[in-house]
Amino acid sequence: MPEVQVEGHPIDTILRTERLPHIFCPGCGIGPAMHAYAQAILESGIPRDGHACVSGIGCAGRVPGYLDVDSYHTTHGRAIPFAMAIALVKPDMEVTVFSGDGDLFGIGGNHFIHAARRNVDINVICINNFNYGMTGGQVGPTTPLGARATTAPYGNTEPPFNLPYLAAATGAVFVARWTALHVRQLKEAILRAMQKKGFTFIEVLSPCPVGFGSPNDIGDAIEEVWLYRERCVVDHNAYLPDVDIDLRRKDAPFVMGNFVDIDKAPFDPLAMMKKKEGE
Amino acid sequence: MSPEERVLTGNHFLLGDYACAEGAMAAGCDFFAGYPITPSSETAERLAARLPAVGAIFVQMEDELASMAALVGASLAGARAMSATSGPGFSLMMENIGMAAMMEAPCVVVNIQRGAPSTGLPTLVGQGDMMQCKWGSHGDYEIVAYSPSSPQECFDHVIKAFNTADRWRVPAFVMADELIGHMTERVVIPPADQIPRVERKRPRHKPGDPSFLHCLAEDEDLVPPIVHAGEGYRVNFDSLSHDEKGYPATFPEPHDKLVRRLVNKIRLHADQIIEYEEIFLDDAELAVIAYGCTARSARRAVNEARREGIRVGLLRLISVWPFPENRVRELSNQVKAFVVPELNLGQMSRETERFTSLPVIGVNHAGGVMMAPDPILDTIREVAKNA
Repeated sequence: MPEVQVEGHPIDTILRTERLPHIFCPGCGIGPAMHAYAQAILESGIPRDGHACVSGIGCAGRVPGYLDVDSYHTTHGRAIPFAMAIALVKPDMEVTVFSGDGDLFGIGGNHFIHAARRNVDINVICINNFNYGMTGGQVGPTTPLGARATTAPYGNTEPPFNLPYLAAATGAVFVARWTALHVRQLKEAILRAMQKKGFTFIEVLSPCPVGFGSPNDIGDAIEEVWLYRERCVVDHNAYLPDVDIDLRRKDAPFVMGNFVDIDKAPFDPLAMMKKKEGE
Repeated sequence: MSPEERVLTGNHFLLGDYACAEGAMAAGCDFFAGYPITPSSETAERLAARLPAVGAIFVQMEDELASMAALVGASLAGARAMSATSGPGFSLMMENIGMAAMMEAPCVVVNIQRGAPSTGLPTLVGQGDMMQCKWGSHGDYEIVAYSPSSPQECFDHVIKAFNTADRWRVPAFVMADELIGHMTERVVIPPADQIPRVERKRPRHKPGDPSFLHCLAEDEDLVPPIVHAGEGYRVNFDSLSHDEKGYPATFPEPHDKLVRRLVNKIRLHADQIIEYEEIFLDDAELAVIAYGCTARSARRAVNEARREGIRVGLLRLISVWPFPENRVRELSNQVKAFVVPELNLGQMSRETERFTSLPVIGVNHAGGVMMAPDPILDTIREVAKNA
């Protein structure tokens, strides 16, 4: 096979290419999701200087460091309040939190529900790989019931969060779920989130062959991606209480879609002062 | 009072907690994030009314973890950011106080100390967070802290804290206590043009200049210039150990270099930061070291002892961190002992012991009530007799 050499990639303008290669394992879904986000930044019409990306701790938390935008790799679970402050001080900026399920819904769960309730004008992209990957495959708040993890060697005894249902219930104005395989739909969803004022949430189901796949007999990343491919059903009008995910159940579909797209006034701490002026 | 005015120039009869809020207003605070907690809530309540009236941001957060994270984000977006809390909230803030130190995000936290540990004495005075303030987050880092002894100093110290935080890119603390926070006294607020203001050091490089390393401290002060969100620099701020570009560098050498700089920028310039007041120390044979509400009782005790002919003086701390170690060393050549009264079981007395071989006698109570001058005076008499 002839060797193909490329000088660059169209997405390079959004990446800190001198920091590549990234740290993600072979088969990880974070790379395609990061690519979708980078592509959305390119297509957003918002200048690069107008984007900020904030993360907590974990594999997904490393993403902002690879992107050539204002980037902040904060403490575990605290990306959302950090991002909220940037969005309030610089309301013209497009602020996106890019982090993982353990970071956002384990240690950071309280911040998520309150930012959604306030309708803070930020986007939250959540890599959901069903485990704590960076620390070595521990059980987390999204690990399916019965799945094995390094801290659940006999199988997880706790029911997981249904993230789109949680986000919708707590007030998000845009809620979507795609997999790392659905790169175009994912990019479109991120673009839509960037257009919207208020709190938007996108869950990205992502293979983690090392942390989750291996102990749960899913085999390699390709097998996990095939599971997505075979069993994903797109239903934008899905009844959210029913969109639980269990990769190991052979009968249940994985429901994808842009589930919520509504308009509500975004969080503005000075809203009451402006109302007064208008009266 | 016109609520639209940032600086309420004039003479006021003001609660200490309110004076903290007015200090923030006068200092140009743009952003407050906090969580209600006795006995500091009055600071938040005052700012909830005052900040929006001048178009600035007040947010009541879901907890103090979020409050402190928001302060760091707001600071790095260019805002002068503050919070107010007390012991239990201060404990939660420790995580992101470490982040503020690591990212060199200037910010101010007022701690109206109450009796502790744990939930302790919510409505009653304590001074038990002094060591936590210095050492509470994991790892080596440096901070600056002040300790007001009056509502006037609440006002003054919040302004100092903002300026010191911006000058050295550190979190700065106003370690008040319930007694000062809930004391109402005369507070003189100067005209707006007499409020001191120190601006942050900004980069000489233009955005996009590849030679700009935003975590490189080129100046003698070891403080790198700060860039704010949205200015086009597009740099990375990291809570991980990072190199001069701000990128993760989790290796021994860059880690040691970074942590040494974070510590040395304060330790090597402590003389520019440390402030204290001296009373009768010139000919003193005995030195009392006091701060916060206890300094008021100490002053009374020292005055009484002087009337009795005891040559005792008072070193009243204005900044508590960095600690005035050189002054303690100097005094060690002059006095015969130190007396350190405080509403804890010996925190700043322990720090004093590090810099003298003389006896350091604590006058201690775990908190809940202001220390009367009497036990301090009794100790002075006792020590003077034996010295």
